[in-house]
Amino acid sequence: MADHSADILVASEICKSFPGAKALDNVSFSLRAGEVHALLGENGAGKSTLIKCMTGAYARDSGALMLSGSTIDPRDTLAAQQLGIGTVYQEVNLLPNLSVAENLYLGRQPRRFGLTDNRRMNRQARELLNGYGIDIDVTAQLDRYSVAIQQVIAIARAVDLSGKVLILDEPTASLDSHEVAMLFNVVRSLKKRGLGIVFITHFLEQVYEISDRITVLRNGRLVGTHDTAELPRKQLISLMLGRELAQTEHLARMTSANAGEIRFRFSNFGKRGKIKPFDIDVKAGEVIGVAGLLGSGRTETAEVLFGVDHADSGRAEIDGKPVRIGSPRAAIEHGFGFCPEDRKSDGIIGDLSIRENIALALQARRGWSRPLSRAAQNELADRYIKALDIRTTDREKAIRLLSGGNQQKVILARWLATNPQFLILDEPTRGIDVGAHAEIIRLIEDLCDQGMSLLVISSELEELVAYSSRIIVLRDREHVAELQGERISAGAIVEAIAASRLPEDA
Amino acid sequence: MNSKYLPLIATSVIFVVAYALCTMQYPNMLSTRVVGNLLTDNAFLGIAAVGMTFVILSGGIDLSMGSVIAFTGVFLAVILQSTPIHPLFAFVLALAITTAFGALMGAIIHYLEMPPFIVTLAGMFLARGMAFVLSIDSIPVNHDFYGVLNGLYYRLPGGGRLTFIGGLMLLVFLAGIVIAHRTRFGTNVYALGGGTQTARLMGVPVARTTIQIYALSGFLAGLSGIVFSLYTSAGYALAAVGVELDAIAAVVIGGTLLTGGAGFVGGTLIGILIQGLIQTYITFDGTLSSWWTKILIGLLLFAFILMQKGILLLSGDKRKFT
Amino acid sequence: MNQDLKALLVRLSPQLIALASILLLIFMMFPSFFNIGIQNGRLYGSLIDVLNRGAPVALIAIGMTLVIATKGIDLSVGAVIAITGAVAASSAVAGNSLAYTIVLALGTGLLCGLWNGALVALLGIQPIIATLVLMVAGRGIAQLITEGAILTFNDEGLIFFGSGSLAFLPMPVVIWVVFGLLVALVVRRTALGMLVEAIGINRRASMLSGVRTSVLLMAVYALSGLSAAIAGVIVAADIRGADANNAGLWLELDAILAVVVGGNSLLGGRFSILGSLIGAMIIQAVNTGILLSGFPPEFNLIIKAAIIVVILMIQSPRAATLLEFFRKAPESVKERT
Repeated sequence: MADHSADILVASEICKSFPGAKALDNVSFSLRAGEVHALLGENGAGKSTLIKCMTGAYARDSGALMLSGSTIDPRDTLAAQQLGIGTVYQEVNLLPNLSVAENLYLGRQPRRFGLTDNRRMNRQARELLNGYGIDIDVTAQLDRYSVAIQQVIAIARAVDLSGKVLILDEPTASLDSHEVAMLFNVVRSLKKRGLGIVFITHFLEQVYEISDRITVLRNGRLVGTHDTAELPRKQLISLMLGRELAQTEHLARMTSANAGEIRFRFSNFGKRGKIKPFDIDVKAGEVIGVAGLLGSGRTETAEVLFGVDHADSGRAEIDGKPVRIGSPRAAIEHGFGFCPEDRKSDGIIGDLSIRENIALALQARRGWSRPLSRAAQNELADRYIKALDIRTTDREKAIRLLSGGNQQKVILARWLATNPQFLILDEPTRGIDVGAHAEIIRLIEDLCDQGMSLLVISSELEELVAYSSRIIVLRDREHVAELQGERISAGAIVEAIAASRLPEDA
Repeated sequence: MNSKYLPLIATSVIFVVAYALCTMQYPNMLSTRVVGNLLTDNAFLGIAAVGMTFVILSGGIDLSMGSVIAFTGVFLAVILQSTPIHPLFAFVLALAITTAFGALMGAIIHYLEMPPFIVTLAGMFLARGMAFVLSIDSIPVNHDFYGVLNGLYYRLPGGGRLTFIGGLMLLVFLAGIVIAHRTRFGTNVYALGGGTQTARLMGVPVARTTIQIYALSGFLAGLSGIVFSLYTSAGYALAAVGVELDAIAAVVIGGTLLTGGAGFVGGTLIGILIQGLIQTYITFDGTLSSWWTKILIGLLLFAFILMQKGILLLSGDKRKFT
Repeated sequence: MNQDLKALLVRLSPQLIALASILLLIFMMFPSFFNIGIQNGRLYGSLIDVLNRGAPVALIAIGMTLVIATKGIDLSVGAVIAITGAVAASSAVAGNSLAYTIVLALGTGLLCGLWNGALVALLGIQPIIATLVLMVAGRGIAQLITEGAILTFNDEGLIFFGSGSLAFLPMPVVIWVVFGLLVALVVRRTALGMLVEAIGINRRASMLSGVRTSVLLMAVYALSGLSAAIAGVIVAADIRGADANNAGLWLELDAILAVVVGGNSLLGGRFSILGSLIGAMIIQAVNTGILLSGFPPEFNLIIKAAIIVVILMIQSPRAATLLEFFRKAPESVKERT
């Protein structure tokens, strides 16, 4: 671009594949000294893979890395650190049980007569942190301090060790606005010192507040790099979420949707610290779409509805009768089903077979003493393997050996086997290949036609627009808009997400 | 108040209150004679517990300690009975063997990525088996040098005796405290207990530290075996059964988190003293039976595990507000 | 069904081969090993002795298998054997009826298991730590019941469980075989087995699928307590008394070993009770073999250590990659030259 000589870190044409998925496809990225460069994209876009390739945590398949003009090839993050690339993660990568000073100087404590000189170490730590504008008791255990302070300590350590490039991976995810301001002051002063800073976040306000340039990734590909000042917010969101937004129109699914009765009614439902109280009415045979950026409260909404997080306000009604949903088990009793976003940790039982994974929820509902016979399990498994076109050699294969899309279908089958009335799908099409993607969308539409009610969370806006009869838009852990009928379009969703905050917040 | 000191303070308060209650009932228990005996009788346990503290601080466990103590005792007895080697040299030999043994376990734990529980379980069987191979019978040790060491003591005001082995235990605790808080190795031990993955990312040499920790534990188990040999003047393969459990109990009652990462070597000393106090009280009482020791220690263990759980929950919540 | 049987045999083949080769080794040294005779309406012989002596470990291995399948461990079973043995003995001494004594002893074991289960499932304490409490305190409680003495009894009914025989087989053998088959059948014929495996592999995903994880965890620890209680009654009946100090001493370690030898992963998940039972018999066969060959019985410990090391080698993920590396190394050398 404009001035290559100022580029401190250049990654060119990086590729990285994992079994069954291409995580990075020819992605190039450059960072200038003294700039804050925001790296944006939805989950699975390849942000963290790119970071890990640049810090040596992953070995890249191909592509080159240059730091200050010379080619580098860090073996691991420690090597990258010594070369000058420091990283600070959202979950602070420090040791909570050590003192602040010990965290700053771990492995390089000053020594005198063979013993660590704690007094000197503490003094140095205090001076180092004073440079970042914080004055705290450095002998206290790290976990006594707020995450914001811990982040600054982590930054101080990384800069002290590395000093050329600082990568901030969602450092503000759990901070309040006051803390973010403090952190940004630190970032600005580091920028003045000439460090190149990569900033990953999903808060667009923060991107516009702090960054000089923006690089957007989607599905492992580079979408583009722009100067922040020249990229309007709406255009940024459409870069992040989808291709030709304005063109996709709502495919008139309301005919069938509006016919149903209201079956599930949640009023003033919410949980403090997770999601602000909201109202949702779900009709028989309709798909409610839920849209919002990462961290806006999408998954939290699903988890409160399904009883994973016990709602602390509001009430739930089914067919007009009040019900209590205190646990997933209770939700399942009432005909709910839930396909979680994180398949690996929340969905699959890796070592069990496809058959067992499909039978699990139905079996759990029946209780241990009324087992499904082997024949019934086989029948169930075969039926769904066929119906959902699960690609496998046989039903006894361990589910962890399947590809992401097929795992997702198995989890779907697990719920369909319980014959649910209300199915919650959290990112059902994430991380699966194009073919399976289309099949899952067709399946959603079929289920809806059969009279099932669905709530689908997705960051693929076109997809939501295609099958939803209503779309709820989330921002900052709050339901901010509900789009209906002709008002449903990707553009309208982006508009609702991008709408500036309410006056009192601004 | 820093919550990391809470278990230590609780232990200290329990010890002081318990001791006060004991002396109210039996004023004799306040004498330096009782204190001296308490230190002497628990010297071998205390030294082993220092090693166990380091292992537990790092998030591991060492089940082999009791067996290593027994092995050392038998080894010394056999070698002193059948060769003219000076005990001091035999001590060095024993320590070299047990240290290498510990290092080997540490290496297996790290390089084979197996849980310390199962690796040190094998070590436990192996060490006791080797002790049996050396000798099945109890062998007395009658070396003059033992008499000399056992005759060494410092007379405390009030007539109590701080014996050689009691003093050695206190020295080991002192050294343990210095190692834990004033060396890079000590900080690395805490770092491993805080999270191996994070520690590795922060540059802690995980392999070296793990091997060093179990080597230290083996060394101290060997030292404890030497002290046990001095204390009983005999070597017996069936001796010191279950010492590792007493050591674990002392470590936990001393305020160290069983999951690792938090605790103090000094707290373990108080844990040892509490166990000793319960035994002394039962001896003084005369009517109470010895099994109350186990039950009380079990209850204390439970109380401390609950307290640690509570503190973890509280500190998890507190972070949001500070 | 036939296919399942085949799969089971494949799954258990290493254990069966190990057991067969140990027995063969003993047979080669002591041809009389397989001699079985009948005296007083009961089978006698070294082989029967292996089955009989292995009863306590086999019994607690049954419960331990399920506990380990949930990613847990139960260190307290040895202490529970001491407690329940003491309870049975003191009840017999007090002149209670046999049924009352048995119910009391088994109930006590169940209670101990529920206590462990509550600490693990409800308070969320790590299993190794939670069961340590009862391991430390348990022997004290047992001594409290026996008042420190070895409590002997001569209730013929109770003694029958230790030295009686049924259908030519010693009672302990009958009990562990029946109990083992019963539990294996129950967990496989109901959905328990699958749900337990699901919890061990992924507790959160199981909970999200509606599995009652806490209740099942409690049940599994309760079963472990019950297994230990049955073993406790047998051990007490065998020596016609309760020895609070030595009954069940270190048996928890033998049981864990049996489970691991049986091919079950210490990290939870898929389990086989039959495998653990064969594992228990392997350990006992080694014991008996050493005894017969005139080595001091203590030699056993070294053998056990060796067994653990071998298993570590087999189970360790790192060892597997190392092995592969060595296997591949010569090939790559070849390629280069």
